[in-house]
Amino acid sequence: MELLATLRIAFRALARNKMRSVLTMLGIIIGVGAVIAMVGIGQGADQTMQRQIANLGSNMLFVSSGSVNRGGIRLGWGATKTLVRDDVTAMLKECPAVVAAAPGTQTTAQVVYGNDNWGTRITGTTPEYFDIRTWAFQGGASFTQDDVTNAANVAVIGETVRKNLFAATDPVGKTIRIGNLPFMVVGVLVAKGQSPAMNEDQDDTIIVPLTTLQKKITGQTWLRFVMVSARSRSASYAAQQQIEGLLRDRHRIREGQDNDFTVRNLADLADLASEASKVMTALLGSIAGVSLLVGGIGIMNIMLVSVTERTREIGIRLAVGATEGEVQRQFLIEAVVMSLIGGAVGIVVGVGASLLIAATAGWPILVSSSAITGAAAIAMAIGIFFGYYPAQKAARLDPIEALRYE
Amino acid sequence: MNPQPANSLTALSAPEHNHDVIVIQVRDIHKIYQLGETQVHALRGVTLEIRHGEFVAIMGASGSGKSTFMNILGCLDKPSSGQYLLEGTDVSLLDKKQLAGIRNRKIGFVFQGFNLLARTTALENTELPTLYARIDKEERRRRAVEALKMVGLEDRMDHFPSQLSGGQQQRVAIARALVNRPSILLADEPTGNLDSRTSVEVMEIFQSLNDKGLTVILVTHEHDIAQFTKRSIVFRDGKIRRDEPIPHRARAAEVLKAMPSIEED
Repeated sequence: MELLATLRIAFRALARNKMRSVLTMLGIIIGVGAVIAMVGIGQGADQTMQRQIANLGSNMLFVSSGSVNRGGIRLGWGATKTLVRDDVTAMLKECPAVVAAAPGTQTTAQVVYGNDNWGTRITGTTPEYFDIRTWAFQGGASFTQDDVTNAANVAVIGETVRKNLFAATDPVGKTIRIGNLPFMVVGVLVAKGQSPAMNEDQDDTIIVPLTTLQKKITGQTWLRFVMVSARSRSASYAAQQQIEGLLRDRHRIREGQDNDFTVRNLADLADLASEASKVMTALLGSIAGVSLLVGGIGIMNIMLVSVTERTREIGIRLAVGATEGEVQRQFLIEAVVMSLIGGAVGIVVGVGASLLIAATAGWPILVSSSAITGAAAIAMAIGIFFGYYPAQKAARLDPIEALRYE
Repeated sequence: MNPQPANSLTALSAPEHNHDVIVIQVRDIHKIYQLGETQVHALRGVTLEIRHGEFVAIMGASGSGKSTFMNILGCLDKPSSGQYLLEGTDVSLLDKKQLAGIRNRKIGFVFQGFNLLARTTALENTELPTLYARIDKEERRRRAVEALKMVGLEDRMDHFPSQLSGGQQQRVAIARALVNRPSILLADEPTGNLDSRTSVEVMEIFQSLNDKGLTVILVTHEHDIAQFTKRSIVFRDGKIRRDEPIPHRARAAEVLKAMPSIEED
């Protein structure tokens, strides 16, 4: 029998018991919808996290001084004075996986413009810093290498600082005071938001040339951190090893001794985050998958009832020349039609639910086409899997017995 | 296999019948059912020949083996031993799929309880066997309409079984049996659920089909019905007890004229 005729029979059989068919499909609808929405939530969370991490900088490694153990007393971040600019020069020269590095140090200070003042973080660094962190300017531009060489009194300000000191005025070209020193604002950075790694407002900062900060404000010669950009994401592990080797060497740390610096790899962080969100997606998806399984069992149940109810019909079909294969196919197609319709409606429901959750809860939800095609494929597979046994049962009926069935 | 059997519907209209062709040849058929511990010997050596164009009534009490014999003739069941040749093909050698093909193309079934699909029109019920015969859609429709015309139901094609009288339903069943142009028509108590007048009407259809050359075999326990056939075979205890021609065959058309007409709803 041709497929079209079989499909027509299937649709008619399903239409004959509308309520029952709809309720059976509901199991698949809920299952597929839940899988799509749950996977969407998981993937959305993953994407957000990845974006936040990428926001920190491109293939970035973060080398910080500190955490040293002196006679049992462990000092924190930035406690050592061994990380210096020569280390950075050596890194660029001797670590092939490193493409850029920006030395930096930090302090906090009170900043004044006009009648307003604001306490913020002052970072001293070189112009490479902005490239490594892929930080763009909303106004003005970075200070230059010459500014670093000359320890010029220029500053780049973050969005939070701009908001607090300037409100509506354009800050570029204006002079602010950091402590007692006047600085000219040369650039304003775009907002980057909260940092996922350090949990701080990345925009609440003022960035000045490294030398200016070291010589005119803190009076220190050592660095608190170095921002490093690796050649690629995959090269970031190599870069980490090369930097560790180089710094241990340069700082004369003997075998077995702790590092007087820390290298944090953002690729590591990204992998970790992605691993976590994958686990979450799998968990959510498999919980939703259970309801899909229950839906499949519902289909099997209804198909078994249907085979029993239609025993006589099956007997008639067999008597007038349907082969076992044709009877089996007819019931299998009925199950598949039911699960595919359920799957299609479920996709709509799942996408709709995702949009609704995104709109109401404000969660970022990513409904990928692979989740949709996957759900459709699973629905089809469920129809075949759970329809197979009832269909086989129908095909194996003895026509004589079936015709006698009341 | 012969794609165009000698007694297909096209041949039905031809006046000459070849009465020498043996359609059914049964040799020493036994059928034993295993019912738990006990064996039921339903058929104990049946040998029989039915020629093209015959009209046979198979009679016998219940338990005589006549239904088992019909099921074997209809390729719904296989004999435990013995040989059954249908148009020269040894049916006992065929597999299930081939048997389905034989049921589809060579045999037309009419049942006591009509066995029409509910909520399916007369036309679609008639079409059913053609669905399994690899015939294209237009040809299917054409054949179904033709078969319904042969039983005089061309004006009821779109009716559902529930909208038809018992006699009309049985006529739809006959049309369904004819639609694939079978070699033989098997009817299992076709008048069992019908009143006497309607029974004669159905027998009239069988007679006219037989007059056109179709081989008809029917199971009945009513002697009145057997009188319309040409040959009666009586089963008892799984064997043929009597096999004789009907001496003075009744013509259904004449009997109908003599019958008082009953109002049909």
